[in-house]
Order: sequence, then structure tokens, then C-alpha cells
Amino acid sequence: MQNVLDLTAKKAEFKQLKTYMDSIKDSQGVLMQTLHKAQDIFGYLPIEVQKFISKEMDIPLAEVYGVATFYTQFSIEPKGKHKIGVCLGTACYVKGSQLVLDKLAKELNIKVGSTTEDNLFTLEATRCLGCCGLAPVMMIDDEVYGKVDPKNIPDIIAKYKE
Amino acid sequence: MKSLDELKKLRDESLKNMEMRDTGKEIRVVVGMATCGIAAGARPVLSSLVEEVAKRNLKNVQVVQTGCIGMCIYEPIVEVYAPDKEKVTYVHIDEEKAKRIIAEHIVNGNVVNEYTIGAVEK
Amino acid sequence: MAIFRSHVLICGGTGCTSSKSDQIKKRFEEKVKEVNLENEIQIVSTGCFGLCEEGPIVIVYPEGSFYSRMTIDRVDEIVDEHLVKGRIVKKYLYEDGSKDDKLKSLGEVDFYKKQLRVALRNCGVIDPENINEYIARDGYMALGKVLTEMTPEEVIKLVKDSGLKGRGGAGFSTGMKWSFAAPNKADQKYVICNADEGDPGAFMDRSVLEGDPHAVLEAMAIAGYAIGATKGFIYVRAEYPIAVHRLEIAIGQAKELGLLGKNIFGSGFDFDLEIRLGAGAFVCGEETALMQSIEGKRGMSRNKPPFPANKGLWGKPTIINNVETLANIPQIINNGADWFRSFGTEKSAGTKVFALGGKINNTGLVEVPMGTTLREVIYDIGGGCPNGKAFKAVQTGGPSGGCLTADHLDTPIDYDNLIALGSMMGSGGMIVMDEDNCMVDIARFFLDFTVDESCGKCTPCREGTKRMLEILDKITEGKATMEDLDKLESLARNIKETSLCGLGQTAPNPVLSTMKYFRDEYEAHVKDHRCPSGVCQALLSYVITMNCKGCTKCARLCPVGAIEGKVKELHTIDQSKCIKCGACMDACSFNAIIKK
Repeated sequence: MQNVLDLTAKKAEFKQLKTYMDSIKDSQGVLMQTLHKAQDIFGYLPIEVQKFISKEMDIPLAEVYGVATFYTQFSIEPKGKHKIGVCLGTACYVKGSQLVLDKLAKELNIKVGSTTEDNLFTLEATRCLGCCGLAPVMMIDDEVYGKVDPKNIPDIIAKYKE
Repeated sequence: MKSLDELKKLRDESLKNMEMRDTGKEIRVVVGMATCGIAAGARPVLSSLVEEVAKRNLKNVQVVQTGCIGMCIYEPIVEVYAPDKEKVTYVHIDEEKAKRIIAEHIVNGNVVNEYTIGAVEK
Repeated sequence: MAIFRSHVLICGGTGCTSSKSDQIKKRFEEKVKEVNLENEIQIVSTGCFGLCEEGPIVIVYPEGSFYSRMTIDRVDEIVDEHLVKGRIVKKYLYEDGSKDDKLKSLGEVDFYKKQLRVALRNCGVIDPENINEYIARDGYMALGKVLTEMTPEEVIKLVKDSGLKGRGGAGFSTGMKWSFAAPNKADQKYVICNADEGDPGAFMDRSVLEGDPHAVLEAMAIAGYAIGATKGFIYVRAEYPIAVHRLEIAIGQAKELGLLGKNIFGSGFDFDLEIRLGAGAFVCGEETALMQSIEGKRGMSRNKPPFPANKGLWGKPTIINNVETLANIPQIINNGADWFRSFGTEKSAGTKVFALGGKINNTGLVEVPMGTTLREVIYDIGGGCPNGKAFKAVQTGGPSGGCLTADHLDTPIDYDNLIALGSMMGSGGMIVMDEDNCMVDIARFFLDFTVDESCGKCTPCREGTKRMLEILDKITEGKATMEDLDKLESLARNIKETSLCGLGQTAPNPVLSTMKYFRDEYEAHVKDHRCPSGVCQALLSYVITMNCKGCTKCARLCPVGAIEGKVKELHTIDQSKCIKCGACMDACSFNAIIKK
């Protein structure tokens, strides 16, 4: 998997990030917002982006890296085209979401937390999504699937392979 | 917002539109809104009742629609239900008559006899 | 202002939006336009109605008709029949399991009848994106009253007298918290709303933010006036995009009307608010960690004292209140301390919102007075366990709480009672478990959560919980000894005593309470290598029952050749060869293979 960023090709993205950073520079403690924005723009937080933020905000790179790796929502690895998140909140767990997750891992032939070789899917276990009424729940990108039966997983996945 | 009075004014204005969602009211004004009622002109009657109730700030009154009451020749029909009183049925109602029902019957408690089904049948 | 003759309220909470309530709303708008009623019928997207199990939910006023499990293709019929002709479409109305007749309106539904909605009073009633609807329900009256008629001391006294305690977990007196911060002199003080609702299975804060965001803003401004703060932060989970969006709208509208910003109500009081997003760290629900995160750092907790009231955000005096706590404040100001105390028990005043989830018929949000029994919540409101299964336990307080059994069902719910039983109120998650849930597995599940979420600063929590998880793994794999159980218990007590913050101090609770009330299940795993509920994979064996037709499909599929049997004869599994992959069970067309 390619993990080095072609900086010249991403000029526009860096400019976009810079504009955002300028717009909030009067507020205190905005590193988290900046990382959220950067992840929106780049899809993840490659080291080049962290270096850029470190320099612009005058915060040591170690601290930027520290924050980027502390929070589970930030990723320093690129993600697949479709992100699958299976809710492992308590309500979903007692209704069998672990079985959903296991089935997905088997079906995609990857471990939880990793990406398929064709970069199509990233499989993750997520925290409570707050739709406990629909348990067990999984999300593919922004689409929520409620009351998931492991049996239906191959069909659901197939829709995204097209 | 400069004063509490200004806020109260805004609240009272906004409240008129929210009254609808309180289902625990004593007086119910029911309009027959089936195909026959609508064809006879029940929709403007309903609107004028709703407006009149809001304008007069009658918190106790709920205007609801219902299906066919079963006397299509008398449509538009408006029925008034009040606690401990007999149901009053008004027939052949139009917008103006609706306003008078609110003013005389609902506000002052005087049934508008000439519009009731009893008067018309005679 | 236009007066509408009917209002259609569509739930726009996260649960219902997940089942396409936004598209249902769109179809209503289109259809109402097609029949030329757009000036007579108002369509409103509201916050959560609470009965998530039956979503998406649509309510039509003035009748108050309660349509459940709505779909897009039902919209046209409801518009044509109900809105045009006034005929309620009975077949789509919510059906209460306990009665034969379909119910007509909201007030008649059992689920709502026993509830008392204070913190949730506007959820599902108003359009959260329209400040006028909040104002119509006496919104911002409390702020106006406080700023024009009361001194900060009087406000704090009123909140203290009400007996309101923090609804986020620990249950500390809100008025006391405020009174600690008020006298501190500083050039800047802060009010923080803790909306980092991390307990899995708890979603009441999200529902308040989505359904009634202005209540939180108003309360924060009141708190700011009481302690002398002019700046507030709302720290909200990034997993709640709808809540964040509605908060942004609400702040914008409040600023526009001058209910936030400079010189509010001409009183000279300024108050400004900012939203800060979390990024997925459970520990940030702990107040010192949360402040670190707002400052843009790793969310790691620190020692207390100094308490935030003295040295908080950027070293300034700060108060931190939970969303549900704040939602109670405006009503306490408007109705008085005695009114609030008239609900609940002597020591726990007011109401509490619970998120009912797991093996229960009516999944959703319920608000009841403190002192209501678990039985009333789980059976009378929640409708008991589905499919006639037996109730086994209810877990309260999330990863910090514990499990309670059928013996505790008649316990009145309040802070003290739950702690006495080895659980806690927490933020109000209530997960019901039936006979199919293994309590050891549940304890392992929570430990797995805390191990993952420990910030790593103090050793007992970072290392201790990891060791506990290893022992629990051994138990669920049938490899543990009775000594391990003792070790697990003493380790748990050590971690409780010595951890730095609330996360570590409460992390062993799920283990300790299940060991106390379900020791027989632990022992069955250890002594008999058996999982009585049939959950723990390693202890299960696949067995072929008499339903087998002898089709040979499973035998051909088994990757290790563990299945034997002739065509049209009962097959058997050689347990010594079986690797428990489950392929045979998935493949069987006759449901003849079971796990035991």
C-alpha cells in the first residue's frame, strides 16, 4: 500500500487546509478541529500533513502525532473506498453484533481494523452509534443497516462491489 | 432580545401555531372532510375555523377533521362537542357562518339555532 | 404568521433517520404539494419520540394519531385519506402489544402513560431547528427571569435547593458544583457542557441535543450568569453528526435574537458559546480528560484536587455539567425548587432518563421519576423480554456499572440504591439480558472495552485491566482454575482502590457484580468447561440433531473431515476433529445442526 504522499499533486488540498486554519486562528486549542478538517480533506492523516500542521501551528510534531494516534477516529493509515463499521455497543453486542462482525471478517477475508487488498473495504468495530433500537447495527459509509442478520451480509456487500 | 416583555410577545405569537399539538382540550369542533364535504366546500370552512380560534386565542378549543358523517346533503357539516352538553350539529356552513359559530357559540355559549340541523330540517 | 390546520411531526432522531425518516419527510412534502395543501399542513422534523423500536414514527395533529414503522410507500395513502379526507388510516397506527385494539393517540400508549417527561419534555413536540417553537414552550423565559430578577447567589441557592444531582454518572449536587466556582476570582471562567456520551447503549444526551438543543444553550447561559462566566464550550462526540448540526443552527438562531452574545436582555451580561468535537475517546467523558481534549491535547485525566471549579480549562475556574442535567435547569428556574423536589425520592429529586436496550420489546428512551422500580421500567414501560424468553439481568451504568438480577427488580431506582447493589446510575443506559446471554461473556465484553479505552496514564488501569481481561479470556475458553477466580477478584478490588480517575475506579464493577450474582456461571465455565447459555465459542460443540435428512452437504463441506454418515442416514460430528468453524451449521438446509 502506498503510504507516501505526492506533495505537489496535493497542492490544492494543502491550500484548503491552510484557509481553514487561518479562519480559526484566533481561537484557543484548535488542534483537534484542524485534524478533523485535515482528515476530511485527505481521507487520513499522513505524516506530511502532520508535519505541515505542526509547522503552521507551531506545535511540536511529537504532540501532533500524539493527538492523532490517541483518538480512535483519526487514522494515520489510508482507508478503503468503503468503510464498514459494526457497532459493538452493549445493546448491539447482546443482540449478536459480534457474529455480524465475524461474518464480515470471514466474508472479506480480512482482520477487523484492516483494509482489503483491492482497497475497496475497511472493516472496523465502532463504538455505540446511538441507534440501539435497530440493534444490531452496521454502517457502510453513511448508510445505516439496522437489525442485521449475518446471513444477509454477502448480499449487502455485493452491492458495493459493483 | 432587550427585555423579558419582548420575549413574552414572541412567545405568545409563536404559541398560536403550537396550540394544535395539545390534544387535551375541552371543546372539540369537528369538520366533516370526506369527499362529499370537501366537494361542498368544507376546506375553507376548516381553515376559517382554525384561523378564528387562533386569532381569538381560544386555548380550550381544538379544531379537528373527520371522515364522512353520513348526511351528505347537509355538507359542509360542523359539530361542536363541549363537556356536559349535548352535541350541536351545524349544517350547510360556509366561511362566514363558521366565524359566527366561533363568536356566538364557542365564545359566548349561545348556540346559533338557525344553522343547526334541527332548524334546517323543519 | 400562517396558521396550519394540521401538523405532521416526523421523528428526525438518529434512530429514525437511520431508517429513512428524512426521505419519508421529503415524500410528505411532495405529496402535500401535489394535493395543494402546502399552505394548510405543516410538516415538521422533530427530535426523538423515544419509542425507537417502532420507528420511523410520524404523529399527525390535531388528532395526535401515532403512526409507527412508517415507510415511504405509506405516505401517499396517509395524505390522501387522513389529511385530505380526515379518515385516520387505522391499519398503520401503532399497535400496543398488550391490547387488541389499535391505539389512536400518543397519550393512550402504555409506553408514554407511565412516563414523566421533564428533561425530554420538548423532544418530539417541537421543531428543534426553529427557535420560535422553543420560545412558544416558555423557552428562554428562565434566562430572562434570572438576568432581570435574580442575583447569581439566588440562582445558585435555587439550584441547590432543588436537589438536582449530576445526571452524567457520579451524581454530585449541581448547585454545590456551581457554588464552588462562583466565589473564585479570575479574569475568565468557563462553563462546559459534557456531551461526550460514551457509555455504549446510552443515548439520552444525543436525543436532548437533537430534540431540544435550546434547552441546553439556555441552561449554559444561566450557569454562566450564576458563576460569572462569559464563555462556554459544548464538547460533543463526533459520532453524533445530527446533534452537532442542530446545535450549530440553535446557536446561530439564539445569537440572531440576542439570546446569546453581548448584553443579553439589556442586563449587561455577555455569554458566548463554541462547539468542540471529540474524536472517539471514552475517557474524555471524565472531566479532567475532557478539558485536556478541549485544549487540543491528548485526553488524559489528572489528579483532583485541584478541582475544575478552582483550576479548570486553561487553568481557569470551570464548571462541567452533563446534557441531561442542564436540560432540567430552565424548568427548575421557571417552576421552583419545590416543584422539582415533588418528583422522585427524598435523596434523589426529579426524574431520570433511561435508554432501554438489549433484549426488550420497547427499545427506546424513557423518562421516569426517581424511585420508580426496575420492574415498572422493564415490564410496564419496556414490555419485558421478547419471544417469551426469561429475564436474566439488567446492566445499568455502562462499563462503570454492574448487573442486577431478577431479585432486584422491585428496587426503587435512585443513586444510593444502585450503588448499594454494586452497580451505579451512570448516564442511564439500561441493557436487558435474557437467558441466552452469558454473564461471563458480558463481563469480558466490558473489560475489553475499558482495556481499549484506558488512556494509559496510571498503571492500575492500564496494566490491571489488561490482566483482568486475560483471566476472563481464560475463563471463557475453559482454561481457568478456581484460583484464577480469586485472583480476578483481588485484582479487581486493587484497581478500584488505586486508579487515578473514574474510568479505572469503576472498570471492575461489571466483573465484580457478575461474580457476586452469577458465580455459578463462572464456576460452570471453570469446573465443568461449560457455558450454560451457549455463548462462549470455545466451550461449545456442534451437534447434529434428529432433523438430519442425510443429504451429506455438511460432510462434503467440513474442512477437516470431522463429519461422517451415509446418504439418507443421520450424520455425526467427531468432536476430537472438529475445529468449530461453523461451516456445517451455515450450510445445513434443515436446521439440523445446533451449538450446545
